[in-house]
Amino acid sequence: MAFVLTQTINGIVFGMLLFLLAAGLTLMLGTMRIVNLAHGSFYLLGGYIGYTVAQRTHNFLLACLAGLLSIAILGVLTYKTVLEKRFARETLAQVLLTFGMLLIISDVCRWIWGGNPLAIPKPEMLQGTIYLGSIVVPLYRLAVISIGLVILLFLWWFQEKTKYGAIVRAGVDDAEMAQGIGVNISLVKTLVFSMGALLAGLAGVIGGPFVGLSVGLDIDILLLAIVVVIIGGMGSLRGALVGALLIGLIDSFGKSLLPELSIFTLFAAMVVVLALKPSGLFGTK
Amino acid sequence: MKHRKVTLCIATVLVLLCLMPLFLPSYYTGLLTLILIYAIFAMSLDILQGYTGLASLGHAAFLGTAAYIVAIINVKVFHGPHFAIELLAGVLSAGIVAAIFGLIVLRNTGTYLLMILLASSMMLWGIAFKWRSLTGGDDGLPGIARPNLAFMHWNLHNTTDFYFFVLLFFVIAALLMHLVVRSSFGHTLLGIRESETRMTALGYNVWLQKYIAFIVSGIFAGLAGVMLVYYNGFVSPSELHLVTSAEVLMMVILGGVGTLFGPAIGAGIIILIKNFVSAYTEHWMIILGALYMATIMLAPQGVYRLFKRSEKRG
Amino acid sequence: MEALVVEKLTKDFGGVRAVNEVSFSVEPGERLAIIGPNGAGKTTLFQLLSGMLTPTAGRIFVFGKDITKLPAHQRAALGIGRTFQITNLFLNLTVLDNVLLALEAGGMTRYNLIRPVSSYKHLLGQAEDILRQWGLSDRRDFPVRSLSYGEQRQLEIMLTLSQNRSFLLLDEPTCGLSPEEAQSFVSIIRAFSRDFTVLLIDHDMDVTFGIAEKVMVLHYGTVVAFGNPEEVKNNPQVQEIYMGVD
Repeated sequence: MAFVLTQTINGIVFGMLLFLLAAGLTLMLGTMRIVNLAHGSFYLLGGYIGYTVAQRTHNFLLACLAGLLSIAILGVLTYKTVLEKRFARETLAQVLLTFGMLLIISDVCRWIWGGNPLAIPKPEMLQGTIYLGSIVVPLYRLAVISIGLVILLFLWWFQEKTKYGAIVRAGVDDAEMAQGIGVNISLVKTLVFSMGALLAGLAGVIGGPFVGLSVGLDIDILLLAIVVVIIGGMGSLRGALVGALLIGLIDSFGKSLLPELSIFTLFAAMVVVLALKPSGLFGTK
Repeated sequence: MKHRKVTLCIATVLVLLCLMPLFLPSYYTGLLTLILIYAIFAMSLDILQGYTGLASLGHAAFLGTAAYIVAIINVKVFHGPHFAIELLAGVLSAGIVAAIFGLIVLRNTGTYLLMILLASSMMLWGIAFKWRSLTGGDDGLPGIARPNLAFMHWNLHNTTDFYFFVLLFFVIAALLMHLVVRSSFGHTLLGIRESETRMTALGYNVWLQKYIAFIVSGIFAGLAGVMLVYYNGFVSPSELHLVTSAEVLMMVILGGVGTLFGPAIGAGIIILIKNFVSAYTEHWMIILGALYMATIMLAPQGVYRLFKRSEKRG
Repeated sequence: MEALVVEKLTKDFGGVRAVNEVSFSVEPGERLAIIGPNGAGKTTLFQLLSGMLTPTAGRIFVFGKDITKLPAHQRAALGIGRTFQITNLFLNLTVLDNVLLALEAGGMTRYNLIRPVSSYKHLLGQAEDILRQWGLSDRRDFPVRSLSYGEQRQLEIMLTLSQNRSFLLLDEPTCGLSPEEAQSFVSIIRAFSRDFTVLLIDHDMDVTFGIAEKVMVLHYGTVVAFGNPEEVKNNPQVQEIYMGVD
């Protein structure tokens, strides 16, 4: 029983982290039909930057802010200088452009931070553990779940209650149509992209203490985020949440029960969902 | 008139390919061999990408599966080379993977399909990575022996002999792929690439056509995988990785989508650049990434078409 | 035996009922025009008939055979040929390619992985004949997008014809054509053999009444009138719907 509880909590924690990533990815896909293969790189770079800031200032909050802001800026730059241009109109072009970025960022990270795995120390406040029934839960993990929920609420508010969110929801990418509602479509797209990037960077810092930072993590986590989006459906925040929690739980239980085939269980989940609903659980097509 | 020019071009290239090992140091012959192998790989992707219009970031699945099957047979089953069986098993296994994947994923299109293929092939990577007992995990499987063709007076351990071995398969593969693309089946793929809706309205079973194209493409990629594992003498999970899938996609784009032979040139360019750059700096990934981005920004129609265009003017 | 029987065909999109229990039948060789205000469900009906959409309820019979569950490409093979509101040709392929693809659709050549298209002499011959018949021989190697809109429309219709269909579902075929082109289109359809059963949607009343032998009026997805052109024109309900529109 304790085992199940522990794995469940771990699964939810990891799921929340994945949600931060997948939310950005799915928003980019839904609104702008942009496949951002550099999303995992945003996570990793944000994490590394947070690590350095944490090292220098011993302030976790500052590290989060640094990771978040730096990647937000990178997101805006990427969108404005690369993805908004005419040559990036087609999916294939975006895929290869962002993959090129993945290669560059991956190498730069290894250049600056080396090839050894790193971890960000937990903030002092959250270093303890608490007892939930029969199991011991690190306080930090509970904090991650809370942060995830807060961000979920924010994203829900954004999508349901704001003008920009309405555009995102409607999947409008026509400039004229958007102008009719009084919205600058370019602004919305830049906002969505940088928001997604920001969340990825923040996730990198938040995940720093328990997922760590290492070479290859960018691709590993990108893959998981992509599977989440496939399962949840392109463009659906609800799908991102459900998918993320599902993958988080499967990953958690899978790794502890069938370590050699844990990836296979994820694969199986994806195949089952696709067989039943070809466009994902909450996808529309 | 045009036919004669094309035939002349092809003949020249073939003659050059046959003569090169006589002039080049064996290191470069080896490099040329690798280029031929990736050329087969890239052309197979073009059947999917350029002719059917299906974008894939999971093509490494076929390359890697064939490579692993050959490796496993070579090292674990027979403890020695058994060419006919290995070739057949390798190519067939790639075809089977394509048949299975195709059943699940081809109802989707566009971006979604791209991601699903990415995820699917990375899943295979994950399995190869974790299943140490079968695949050797991230250490891979070393010690794969090249086929024993002594009865033909060929010693495949000799770089030049191996080069001609691969060249033979390259020519056969290129010829076959060319036939497929020019066939009436290949013609229908063009229609699918242009408009699936219209093809359906015309009465074509579009799903079935895509499925066949997918399997054919996978089979040729598998052939490349077989050659690759003989070339390297070992197999590792990177043969199944996204980086490999992206690289071959880049070869197709750089060479020219939908030109069939353009991707072969693209393969040459990327392999030469990788080789050249990595000799000078360990940060070749940055250069490669920049190259990918530059190609999209500056020459997305590919090298082949650039060449053709200048030919028309000149 | 009727060529087409439609029984209580219904299509819902979420909360919206686009086609509401539409029932009608068409005799072989008959020309039926479907008219109605914008949004009446006419195109949706065509999509249901050609298999691009699946009905929420109801059944479709073609020459007595229930095709309700048949997928789109098989219906096309059965004989339901359809043109679209916006030309749906392969714009980047040549005129010849467009014709060949239309011709290849029926046979087994589409699965032949080895023989090139050019080796099928009879197919090429057929294509050349069609091009010659419609005066497009000199444009055979030009991409379709280089043709004028009117020519593209003509090409699309003649390709639909060349496919041995027994049904023609023509959705706004004269849309974008000049009055002369529209008139020539009417003559072409009138000269069609009776092997073809024609269902036509068009906003141009001259075209509609120039071709139709029977007219069906749809309003909010429901059949409001069905009969020969005179009856329908004099139907008070129909006049009310169209008051001010004509």
